[in-house]
Amino acid sequence: MYAFTYQRPTSLADAATAIQADEAKLLGGGQTLLPTLKQRLARPTDLIDLGAIPDLKGIREADGGLEIGAFTRHAEVAHSDLVKRVIPALASLAEGIGDRQVRNMGTMGGSIANADPSADYPSAVVALKATVTTDRRTIAGDDFFTGMFETALEPGEIVKAVRFSRPDKAAYAKFRNPASRYAIVGVFVARFGAEVRVAVTGAAGSVFRATAFETALAADFRAEALNGLSVKADGLNADIHASADYRAHLVTVMAKRAVEAAG
Amino acid sequence: MANPNGIGASVRRREDQRFLTGRGNYTDDFKRLNMTHAVHVRSPYAHARILGIDFADAAAMPGVVAVLTGADMEADKVGSLPCGWQIHSKDGSPMKEPPHYPLARDRVRYVGDAVAVVIAETREQARDAAEMVVVDYEELPAVGSSTRAIDGGAPLVHDDAPDNVCFDWHLGDKAAVDAAFANAAHVARIDLVNQRLVPNAMEPRAAMGEYDQSSGEYTLTTTSQNPHVTRLLMGAFVLGIPEHKLRVMAPDVGGGFGSKIFHYGEEAVVTWAARRVGRPVKWTADRSESFLTDAHGRDHVSHAELAMDADGNFLALRVSTLANLGAYLSTFAPSIPTYLYATLLAGQYKTPAIYAEVKAVFTNTSPVDAYRGAGRPEACYLIERLVDVAAGVVGMDKTEIRRRNFVPKEAMPYQTPVALQYDTGDFAKNLDIALPLVDYPGFQRRRAESKARGKLRGIGFATYIEACGIAPSNVAGALGARAGLYECAEVRFHPTGSVTVFTGSHSHGQGHETTFAQIVAERFGIPIENVEIVHGDTNKIPFGMGTYGSRSLAVGGSALVKAMDKVERKARKIAAHMLEAAETDIEVKDGRFTVAGTDKSLGIGDIALQAYVPHNFPLDELEPGLDEQAFYDPKNFTYPNGCHVCELEIDPDTGVTTIVNFAAVDDFGNVINPLIVEGQVHGGLVQGIGQALYENCVYDEESGQLVTGSYMDYCMPRADDVPSFTVRYHEDQPCTHNPLGVKGCGEAGTIGAAAAVMNAVVDALSDYGVTHMDMPATPEKVWRVIRDATPAMAAE
Ligand SMILES: Cc1cc2nc3c(=O)[nH]c(=O)nc-3n(C[C@H](O)[C@H](O)[C@H](O)COP(=O)(O)OP(=O)(O)OC[C@H]3O[C@@H](n4cnc5c(N)ncnc54)[C@H](O)[C@@H]3O)c2cc1C
Repeated sequence: MYAFTYQRPTSLADAATAIQADEAKLLGGGQTLLPTLKQRLARPTDLIDLGAIPDLKGIREADGGLEIGAFTRHAEVAHSDLVKRVIPALASLAEGIGDRQVRNMGTMGGSIANADPSADYPSAVVALKATVTTDRRTIAGDDFFTGMFETALEPGEIVKAVRFSRPDKAAYAKFRNPASRYAIVGVFVARFGAEVRVAVTGAAGSVFRATAFETALAADFRAEALNGLSVKADGLNADIHASADYRAHLVTVMAKRAVEAAG
Repeated sequence: MANPNGIGASVRRREDQRFLTGRGNYTDDFKRLNMTHAVHVRSPYAHARILGIDFADAAAMPGVVAVLTGADMEADKVGSLPCGWQIHSKDGSPMKEPPHYPLARDRVRYVGDAVAVVIAETREQARDAAEMVVVDYEELPAVGSSTRAIDGGAPLVHDDAPDNVCFDWHLGDKAAVDAAFANAAHVARIDLVNQRLVPNAMEPRAAMGEYDQSSGEYTLTTTSQNPHVTRLLMGAFVLGIPEHKLRVMAPDVGGGFGSKIFHYGEEAVVTWAARRVGRPVKWTADRSESFLTDAHGRDHVSHAELAMDADGNFLALRVSTLANLGAYLSTFAPSIPTYLYATLLAGQYKTPAIYAEVKAVFTNTSPVDAYRGAGRPEACYLIERLVDVAAGVVGMDKTEIRRRNFVPKEAMPYQTPVALQYDTGDFAKNLDIALPLVDYPGFQRRRAESKARGKLRGIGFATYIEACGIAPSNVAGALGARAGLYECAEVRFHPTGSVTVFTGSHSHGQGHETTFAQIVAERFGIPIENVEIVHGDTNKIPFGMGTYGSRSLAVGGSALVKAMDKVERKARKIAAHMLEAAETDIEVKDGRFTVAGTDKSLGIGDIALQAYVPHNFPLDELEPGLDEQAFYDPKNFTYPNGCHVCELEIDPDTGVTTIVNFAAVDDFGNVINPLIVEGQVHGGLVQGIGQALYENCVYDEESGQLVTGSYMDYCMPRADDVPSFTVRYHEDQPCTHNPLGVKGCGEAGTIGAAAAVMNAVVDALSDYGVTHMDMPATPEKVWRVIRDATPAMAAE
């Protein structure tokens, strides 16, 4: 690690000011940022720890759905009775992130701001028609992820909370990377009345919706409805763990499993 | 009265209290006044010429004490890291032994090869400065794999090793094998890869060098499995320090799996640098360095053929292996794919003729050396995969073909055609115990039940035999070992009857502090709390050979028994004197010395006190003191053996393999501590399963870059990847040539497990026409064979 100045503001306003410093970086649970610093791949002048800001914490019921503060740890989401009651699929997604240590530290805000192509939460943000509130504005979940490790956030913009709509039925099915335990493919299926959303993470540079799957499921919400459907392998991620055509295959398999789990 | 903590008791490991509460004393925990920190500048290229090193900026950085390079070492006449085993090629020529300098001089040969060391007040300062060292490299074409190394026209890793060949060796009777193949009714063939693995000890390597100006003594504290060997190699060959001026300490060591046997360049660098800078120098690897620079394991490419008669009796085995040694010869590298591999190719079978050829090559990758099992897992995997293929060829049940070819118990001692002589073993018994554990007759029913759920079920067997406690020294010497292979022990009774044992074997997770103490407690009838086991310090211990090859108990334990014999002999003399009886009339049992037929007796504690407070002592006949030392050189290897069975289920939609049952039946000879043995087996099995399903060290063939350089890509097995194991052992076949009758258990799990798992994977996929799959059986690989075979299946 290179040396940096550590700051721990207690209000969002103070954090917003502190992050204006030339090469400052926000610190969430540190599960991505700290390994990056340890490997000397980043050199921030200041680290602004968001962990002491009450406004960024907590899980509330809002508009029938859920509002989850940016500095809410994955383990809190996984174990929250409220989440389990309102959107159980979200709790089970959180329970499947990384390992226990990662879940006890990593935060929702950090995860979506980081926009790792193989992170789990982006699928929930898109499938659950979420909105992301920041210290400056509100961003539709559909517009939030703009590419690999890229989001609609402006420099220094702080994610405050994420609001998820409550689906009638939903489930997340993940095929995890056996080494890192991130998603090789993760599929979040959510049904809102006649509308079905199928959001796919891990497979491509950024989360995307499998629209053909959505149409098929809107007509017939059963796994069989996906028979014969698949996403194109072209343009999907490929690495030593999974080729593009394997990922394409897994998208259909995981989508079916999610539909089955959603019941 | 049996000692509650004696031989055979499942005593909980005494050392675990300190390990589990964070009170272990590891090399990196050692702090010295005025200590400095070393960080190595390492090559980012697999192969490059060093045109120049500019460290002026680095040397001017805050806190920097020194920046040292290979040129400084050369000026100080620092030598090359020696190789401890010499192999001769078929044509009689000695192996190629290119120099391996602790800091590279003119060329770097793998990513991670050290070119300079920065020494600073803090580790972070050393890192900051290391980034400022500018090395001018001329990149050269690289060799990233063994197959590329021998692909005519490949670049040369060492100019003086033509075709990148280190040696081209063979073992066995080629003519007899050729003749048997000519008359064979059936031949089974296999091509397989035993992939490279990264050892991944929990504690990364670390070393601290100290130099005392007043006495001229050096101290190296290091993560070593054998401190004496490190002292000998580094002192005599690298730094030219006489052994009485060099102390090597290996305190608590957090796992090694072989990777900490070897003498590494960093140890020499910190020891040498400590004198250069006049201050203690410490280096601790980070995990990325461990991936790049710990000696890796395995990395064989093999072709094998088994000749059989019409009834499936094995007639001859022919094996040809290409072994990757990496960029330089690590300490014991040449012995692994030769004497620890080809000599095991008989396995548990009475195959009358065997011929093996091994070509070992240099590549631009991290050196390869012993990794848990070291050669024997490679042999077991090859034989047991081939036997499964053979069962298919002759249409026999996989257990029957094994049983038919086992060396029968009655044939022991059995001379194999590949040099070894097995002393004991009842292989049929292992299988007989294993079969009910897995309900073999019920397998077809379970397979059908899985199929009904859309899953593929397979069962796989592996029988193994290994050779542990490499020995005797004279034989090993004749085969090229440049070291002895004995072990030492000293048993020191203190005046009040407690005991300190000094052992030359080394514990880095094996539990010696418990097991060795049990042996002493049993012998002398004393509480285990009164026995302390000391290891890992060349200033305290007679010359020992350390721990590897499952040798600690078989060799180190035997030395301990010899030392205890000497103690008892002397104690008997003292007792005879004190009890005024003839020595021959003294009976000894559980540490009590009794005059036969009387109630006159003395405990060992009384005798110890007399020995050290010799007020009434026959000084003309006996020296005071009760402190004896012994060296034990084994008569033969020991031969642990067993039968492992794996049952698993494959999800054809994803290719994911789930192990549902795993049974291991082992013959380790006599067992001192069943709990520790079971733990060793569990750990070994997980490592074997890791190789079969998860682990794979991948280098880019062209660039020589390590692709799997972190846990994001290198997949370690985890607790939730493995089932609850069923582990059994029997003690029917104790080793015949060591006093404890023990065989060793440290590597067994790793040796049998990978083959059992892969045989089960292939069995599960047999409906798809699969007869072999290389490890690891990753989900994508499995899914692909299913997908590619499915149209053919549908057409049937
Ligand atoms: C071993 C391991 C396994 C993992 N497995 C998974 C997995 O299976 N699935 C998965 O989804 N993730 C996984 N992760 C990632 C982890 O869950 C975290 O979500 C992720 O590291 C980011 O969250 P964090 O709170 O740790 O953020 P940090 O690491 O602290 O920050 C990440 C980035 O987000 C920025 N940031 C943080 N908070 C905010 C905010 N409120 N507003 C704006 N920017 C912000 C930071 O500046 C930084 O750029 C894994 C991580 C590890 C180390």
